[in-house]
Amino acid sequence: MAEYLIEMKGISKSFPLVLANDKVDFFVKKGEIHALVGENGAGKSTLMSILYGLYQPDEGEILIDGIKKIISNPNKAIENRIGMVHQHFMLVPPLTVVENVILGMEPRKNYFFIDLQKAAFNIKTLSDQYGFKIDPWAKIEDISVGIQQRVEIIKVLYRGAEILILDEPTAVLTPQEVDELFKILKSLKGQGKTIIFITHKLNEVMAISDQVTIMRNGKVVGTKETSQTNTAEIATLMVGREVLLKTDKIEQLAGKSVLRLEQVSAFNQHRYPVLKSINLSVKEGQILGIAGVEGNGQAELVEVITGLRPVSSGHIYLYDLDLTGLNPRKIRELNIAHIPEDRRKRGFISEYSVAENLVLGSHYRPPFARGCLINFPEVQKYANELISDYDIRPAVKENLLKALSGGNQQKVIVARELYRKPNLLIASQPTRGLDVGSIEFVHQQILKERSKGKAILLVSAELDEILSLSDEIAVIYEGKIVEIMKNKDIDRGRLGLLMTGGGLTDQNSRK
Amino acid sequence: MNSKQVSKGTLFISVIEKITPIIAIIGALFISSIVIFLMGEDPIQIYKMMFGLAIGNRDGWGNVLFRATPLIFTGLAVAFAFRCGLFNIGGEGQVYVGSFLAAYIGVTLGNLPAIVLVPLTIAASALGGALWASLPGILKAKKGIHEVIITIMMNWIAASLTFYLVLVFKAPPTEAMKAAGLPQMIPQTSEIAVAARLPRIATILERFNISFPSHNPLNISFLLALLAAFLVYYILWKTTLGYEIRAVGYNRFAAEYAGIDIAKNIILAMMISGALAGLVGTNEVMGYKFRWRQEIFLNLGFNGIAVALLGKNHPFGVVLAAILFGTLSYGGALVNIFTEGKIPRELIMVIQAVIVILVVVSDEIVKRVILRRKSIS
Repeated sequence: MAEYLIEMKGISKSFPLVLANDKVDFFVKKGEIHALVGENGAGKSTLMSILYGLYQPDEGEILIDGIKKIISNPNKAIENRIGMVHQHFMLVPPLTVVENVILGMEPRKNYFFIDLQKAAFNIKTLSDQYGFKIDPWAKIEDISVGIQQRVEIIKVLYRGAEILILDEPTAVLTPQEVDELFKILKSLKGQGKTIIFITHKLNEVMAISDQVTIMRNGKVVGTKETSQTNTAEIATLMVGREVLLKTDKIEQLAGKSVLRLEQVSAFNQHRYPVLKSINLSVKEGQILGIAGVEGNGQAELVEVITGLRPVSSGHIYLYDLDLTGLNPRKIRELNIAHIPEDRRKRGFISEYSVAENLVLGSHYRPPFARGCLINFPEVQKYANELISDYDIRPAVKENLLKALSGGNQQKVIVARELYRKPNLLIASQPTRGLDVGSIEFVHQQILKERSKGKAILLVSAELDEILSLSDEIAVIYEGKIVEIMKNKDIDRGRLGLLMTGGGLTDQNSRK
Repeated sequence: MNSKQVSKGTLFISVIEKITPIIAIIGALFISSIVIFLMGEDPIQIYKMMFGLAIGNRDGWGNVLFRATPLIFTGLAVAFAFRCGLFNIGGEGQVYVGSFLAAYIGVTLGNLPAIVLVPLTIAASALGGALWASLPGILKAKKGIHEVIITIMMNWIAASLTFYLVLVFKAPPTEAMKAAGLPQMIPQTSEIAVAARLPRIATILERFNISFPSHNPLNISFLLALLAAFLVYYILWKTTLGYEIRAVGYNRFAAEYAGIDIAKNIILAMMISGALAGLVGTNEVMGYKFRWRQEIFLNLGFNGIAVALLGKNHPFGVVLAAILFGTLSYGGALVNIFTEGKIPRELIMVIQAVIVILVVVSDEIVKRVILRRKSIS
């Protein structure tokens, strides 16, 4: 038997104008969990797409178990026992687990009929074998994201995969679900499966992998044994320079309350209550983090404060000013900055240039407008200032936003919102989908605002982000704030429990 | 990733994107030449004749620009609404209502001096179109009802309404009809007052001693259309209103986030679009027929959609596309006459239709190429 199960040797792949993989060597031993890390655009996905047969390499060869293979399409990959779990699930929501798993290779009974019973039995067996705890007859739309991911893994196993490629599997999971996933991965490894784990979260690399390969700019810049390395070293390799992983935060006293929510409730589009009597206060020089599993009212909370969603009852105050019911423009004029959670949807206009996006929301006011005309020289001047202050790259103000990388798009938003010296910053998922370097940048900007004595409301699905930045943490669950605590006295386990509603039953049982 | 290379790549794509209409036109002429060949004629001769007659002399040019004028207005109407993310299919109805209002003002206020009446009549045609377009705008902005449905329905309402009104305000019978004891049979209004008419280009050129056939219908309205194109450009790209309208069109969620009033911009964009369509009245009523009769306006609104598409929803593109359609329409009519009907007028429709199809197809191809590049990087 060969030393390595997978050998990708000298793989090069260029796309028009981009060299995505440049003589990449990538080796994976049988039965190991191999993390593949790198910033966005480093070439990880291309490399794995080549292994899975979605792309053909221009140069180089692939050996599986020492034998040279040409993997011309995903079916060939499956023949070679390679399976891939994509970041975005490919499941049909109204169908059951069984139906989803067998889709495309339905077992037949009497030629015409699908043998669901047999398939369900096989799935149950697989599920028990690896501790998946899946009900084959559950509908996809009724099960949680974490379980849906297991269905994706089962799909791959059902097709006989020995090598599993997982593309950023933890991006959509809660901390508890991540722990569960890691248990499953260990169990898979225990039964001899080989796992390639694409991620850019370094703590996950340390927690789960045996080996880690780091890519940068289409090249492999290092392969390390995980136990022989540390996050700082990996981060440095990924980014090509030293990165501050720990945010240095100086203790400072809270000032007076800037934003105050009193008994705020709101409905969603279906007139269903999504916020239930929220009381919150954000003080000068303090970061209040909202922790919670996504979809528990965080998005709506931000929307009511910024005027994008009406409140059904309650009041919102900025200092002593009641801003309940004001429209988004009025609220922006009160100098409230907002980094929106879905930057593609709300954060910018991708067909507008960097300069035009930098004045979005202030475009109608002097100096950017002169009467009903846009004052272009002023806009250009302002754009040049912000581009150099916030190091937006490429530093071309005429570039359309859609041509920028995710990190630089976020820089445009951060620059636009912070440069106007806000009283209050509302940052919602400010680092979602960003790479290490950009995350560091955004965190530093947020902390800078804090040290200037600004009030900051931080909403994030990344528990680590909340924990490392916040002074106080409010846990939201099903539209209610279940607890507010000082960051100092936090027990991670209890936080996770509160986020998933565990704290509620706790309290109830105590009563 | 090499950023210099990438920007070169995006430049390449943007150039391709801009010239797709030209590729489409060449392709359409080629496909049509096959059709002509199958009819047993020599395509080269036919094209030579068509373009020679249409744009080979001053009279031809005049007729081409005259035919292009209403298409510039309706094309601009579609393009303007499109920039706000709205598909205004209601140009047809807005043309009927706007031009009718122009004729009404031109007839009933006929004793006003030209200096007052001409601007008033122009304003009336714009106002009629704007009002007719405001309802779909309001319904879209306030209730989220799709503008395509409403504008299509309102085309029929406009057609019926103006036809009813033209019967109410029918021209009196002519002397000959009176003598024969007949009522007025033609559903048309009286002629508008002389003070409401726009001068022909020929009379203006005469003053500068430039020879131009006096029967040529080209009139001042063409210059109004060019002015409108320039105004559309100016509003969309130089004013805060245009910034907001385009922002709503590209991404209404981001616009909402930035404090832009989406409802206000949708209604305004629809009204400006309707006003542009209504201005067709300046060419047909104020500059040419001097009265309102429904069939003069037939299909001008719909052809505006094709013109906007070919012009890439850019005001200057719209002008060029309208001139091309004017050339095809006038050249086609002449070819029909000169070949004694061997080449039917419908051939022009074939060419126009193929151009539109090819523009859509090549746009789609370019889009997919871009998408593929994106998914790669």
